[in-house]
Amino acid sequence: MTTTAPARVDRSSTAGTRPLSTMLYRRPRLRLAGLLAIPMVWLVGVYIFSLAMMLVTAFWVTDPFTSKVKPGFTLDNFASIFTTPAYLATSLRTLGIALAVTVVCALFAVPLGIFMAKIASPWLRGVLAVAITLPLWAGYLVKILAMRITFTEEGFFNWALAPLGITGPGFSIVTVILTLTYLWFPYMAVPVYTAIRQIPVNLFDASADMGAKSWTTIRTVVLPLIKPALLAGSIFTFSLSLGDFIAARFVGGSTQMIGSIIASNINLNPPMAAAFSVVPIVFVLLYLFAVRKSGALRNL
Amino acid sequence: MKKKRMLLPAVAAAAALVLAGCASGDDAPGGDVDAPGGLQIDVPDVPMLESLGEGEGQVNIVAWSGFVEPAWSDKFTEETGCVVNRRVAGTSDEMVTLMRTGDYDLVSASGDASLRLIAGGDVAPINTELIPNFGDDIVEGMKGQIYDTINGKSYGIPIGRGANILQYNTEVVTETPTSWDVVWEADSPYAGKITAYDAPIYIADAAVYLMAHQPELGITNPYALDETQLAAAVDLLKQQNAIVSEYWGDPAAQITSFVGGTTVVGTSWEVLRKLSGEDKLKGVLPEEGSTGWSDAWMISSQSQNPNCAYLWMDYTSSPEVNGAIAMNFGMAPANAAFCELSDEAAAHCEEFNATDEEYFKNVWFWTTPIEQCVDGRKDVTCTNFQQWTQAWLTVKG
Repeated sequence: MTTTAPARVDRSSTAGTRPLSTMLYRRPRLRLAGLLAIPMVWLVGVYIFSLAMMLVTAFWVTDPFTSKVKPGFTLDNFASIFTTPAYLATSLRTLGIALAVTVVCALFAVPLGIFMAKIASPWLRGVLAVAITLPLWAGYLVKILAMRITFTEEGFFNWALAPLGITGPGFSIVTVILTLTYLWFPYMAVPVYTAIRQIPVNLFDASADMGAKSWTTIRTVVLPLIKPALLAGSIFTFSLSLGDFIAARFVGGSTQMIGSIIASNINLNPPMAAAFSVVPIVFVLLYLFAVRKSGALRNL
Repeated sequence: MKKKRMLLPAVAAAAALVLAGCASGDDAPGGDVDAPGGLQIDVPDVPMLESLGEGEGQVNIVAWSGFVEPAWSDKFTEETGCVVNRRVAGTSDEMVTLMRTGDYDLVSASGDASLRLIAGGDVAPINTELIPNFGDDIVEGMKGQIYDTINGKSYGIPIGRGANILQYNTEVVTETPTSWDVVWEADSPYAGKITAYDAPIYIADAAVYLMAHQPELGITNPYALDETQLAAAVDLLKQQNAIVSEYWGDPAAQITSFVGGTTVVGTSWEVLRKLSGEDKLKGVLPEEGSTGWSDAWMISSQSQNPNCAYLWMDYTSSPEVNGAIAMNFGMAPANAAFCELSDEAAAHCEEFNATDEEYFKNVWFWTTPIEQCVDGRKDVTCTNFQQWTQAWLTVKG
């Protein structure tokens, strides 16, 4: 008797001092709203709203002299993407660069992943994992400038390969692809490596027992199993490459990308820049759609 | 009506100064006052400061790197009590955008930004009587220029100027080039090793070359191009695109391009040549002349600290401070009195041709291209800066 009385008092006092938690406990919808409020404000208010504002701006007009933006409605900005050959060429070139970067990253990531996951000693595996992820710690601009120094006429690349009679690509579209591959490679390598680690070793053994050579094993066993990881990595490498223009500016020579056009217009003609920023969005959506069609997203 | 009557003579006077400072000899845009005097630009009526009051305790400045440094801003704060808040901007476009926020009192605007700021009502006319240091010592070529004096009102206090020179690597280019043809013609011996400036305003450089080599186009001012003339300039730029190793937008990238051997000849600034620290790099102003830039302080029409802003403009117009900025940035100072202060100052003025109006006579300072032809033609519409931007993007496309 004497022990239950204080307990009851305790419980009632707890309920009395925590009305908020009681209320939330009784109303699940309110609880949900409370949980989601801050992320939703961020997502809708900051992210989606600003994207929408940008898209609206694409239909606005710019005062030709003061370059101030005035609300209005015109489709000229979108039309010029298709009617100006230089714009169309730049869009397609950027698409080509992004696809090339993705392919090169995948070509590097698969053999490296197999080696790290199945062949390398634990010690070497650790070293390689650090080597892959360490560049992520360095500044983006620092890495691009490092590539600039490497590929300059009297730079490391030409110096190292001069005995073989090879001269580097200089500052060109090839250097842009190599630089972007260098920048985004970890985003491809890490998921691919993780996926390969999860493949049981006895699958390799079984494949070998049945007479498959290594390439057949990779093609028929490894690739189907790591397809979701490859596609997940490719979404990163593809979309990040589409938006980049600093690499083109510093190591591209005269290479122009979509980002270069947006950057040139951002102050003088924001509606044009906004219209052009739709191009990479469309490319990424088409890519995601194609990926979804392949059924890979279901496994993610 | 009253406004117009007062403005015309002033504009004519300003235009005459433009002719004296900018145009080269025979191809000057016509001697008749009527032509340039016809350049009436509709600008918002912004009041100017009538008298100087107490300092507000601070001033916010958007400036090129090297224009506002503790070496001289600390002493300013000591003298006036105005704390200087600096924001460094990298391009003219960025400056225009920043000034439109209304958060800044002053900007060190180049000619390609200033007309936009004036027409947008973002900057106010300047009462030069409140700036005692703005006086007779300002070099002739920087007074009343089209890019900072509109309808007779002065919007800018000159800081300094410089030319876009032809820089070359003497180890490869052994003979001093006398013409820009080495960077424009497809059969240039240095094809594939040429650098060009990465901005729409570079179209004016093509126009300067065309003025000398294709006179039938009738270009008299590289910032007043009708559609045919712009198309010709773009064709020339496309021809150059095939022989360019690299376009430079970032000064540091341009230096590494020359030092690393990717580039052996191309457009540059005197200060970049100096910064590279390489004796093998030399610069020259070719016979066709060149483009150039001229910077001036401009005060925001929404300035919260106008008194401190005026005090700053006056302070930096003194021979000592103006010279310090010019030496730090690497340009010709606006205040010629600086050149007589010391041997070092005289050497700097000599190197950057500060008082050599003959030198700058062939230099066309950056000016925002607008629909009204700034060379005075009235029978055609000129191409504006947006069209230049679009055209520039097709060059590299």
